[in-house]
Amino acid sequence: MRDRKWIIAGLAVFCVVVLFPVWYGFTTRGEAAPPDVVLPTNEKSCVEPTEWMIANHPTLLNEWRNAVIRDGRTEYVSSTGVTYTMSFTGTCLGCHPTRATFCQRCHDYADVQPTCWDCHVEPQGK
Amino acid sequence: MSNHKESDGNTSRRRFLKEAGAAVVGLSWGLPVLSAGCRAAAQESSAKVPGKQWAMVVDMEKCRREGVRQAAIEACDRAHNIPHIPDSDDEVKWVWTTEFQHAFPEDVHERTPAAQREAPVLVMCNHCTDPACVKVCPTKATWKRESDGIVMIDMHRCIGCRYCMAACPYGARSFNWRDPRPYVETDANGDYYSDYPTRARGVVEKCDFCAERLRDGQLPACVEAVAKVAGGAGALTFGDVTDADSAVSRLLRERETIVRRPELGTGPNVYYIV
Repeated sequence: MRDRKWIIAGLAVFCVVVLFPVWYGFTTRGEAAPPDVVLPTNEKSCVEPTEWMIANHPTLLNEWRNAVIRDGRTEYVSSTGVTYTMSFTGTCLGCHPTRATFCQRCHDYADVQPTCWDCHVEPQGK
Repeated sequence: MSNHKESDGNTSRRRFLKEAGAAVVGLSWGLPVLSAGCRAAAQESSAKVPGKQWAMVVDMEKCRREGVRQAAIEACDRAHNIPHIPDSDDEVKWVWTTEFQHAFPEDVHERTPAAQREAPVLVMCNHCTDPACVKVCPTKATWKRESDGIVMIDMHRCIGCRYCMAACPYGARSFNWRDPRPYVETDANGDYYSDYPTRARGVVEKCDFCAERLRDGQLPACVEAVAKVAGGAGALTFGDVTDADSAVSRLLRERETIVRRPELGTGPNVYYIV
């Protein structure tokens, strides 16, 4: 029982360290700053509503790819009734030409590393 | 009581054997008939929807000019960001030159003059009617597109097993043994000549009849390029072979043409004017 105070002090330090994510969350207020993506100025809306695009753009891109290369279709009619050409390089990058200030900022925030750019050529600001 | 049970068991066993026998006989007669019926129905339905089939006619005489072949190859390389890898083991090629004796091994014999044997021939993917590469692909990363007959590859889906390369009798497919990007030609500003995606290490690629250009109503890059060089007009003709009025169909009617390795039954859609 001679070491009681050391044991209690040690346990206290241990709890503080282990529970860091919990108490840190209580002590800091608000949310993390959302990624500062640079939005296009030439169009007012994306092919689908922004919220939906944020959540589902990988799915949409897969569907577009399959439609274009497998079925030979080129036109996409959005839920808002607008017709777009299904093309990553043409349509998507036409509005979002800079990977660094659009794609990358959000992907860094979400800590995802898609491999699109291993093959797809980044627009070079032409 | 026990007797009754036994006889019950016997009758049901006898009945089971009878019915099983009848079923075997029935299946052995019925299945072939049924499958033949299904096959006939399938053939009928595919015959009812005559898809387009893009095809190429190569004028061998015109393509003997170095400049014509070079124009075609260079246009293709630039249109598709094809890497120039110096080590020939690793090289990637969509359209290239080979000798007549290798392109048409069944059309030479031991007394064929060297000039004919070694004559340069422009070769590429044949976009076969019955492609061997498609049959062996375990992931359906390569397939024959029904809408226009192009043998396509989805690079996202290719796992790099190279079965298709083994299956293709024309050697039309190349494997990316290394990251192609450092070997892709760029212009003076260091930009790629095309926005066509480069490929990744570990995928197979080949000529796609410029599906991305056809989509925009343009001719394949090689066809367009040869028409611009001296003596290259008509060296390559492209069109829909199922359309009797197309330039391709006309050439096939009027000129003497051959295909590569017809005995294999792959049904090539690249024709050569002798």
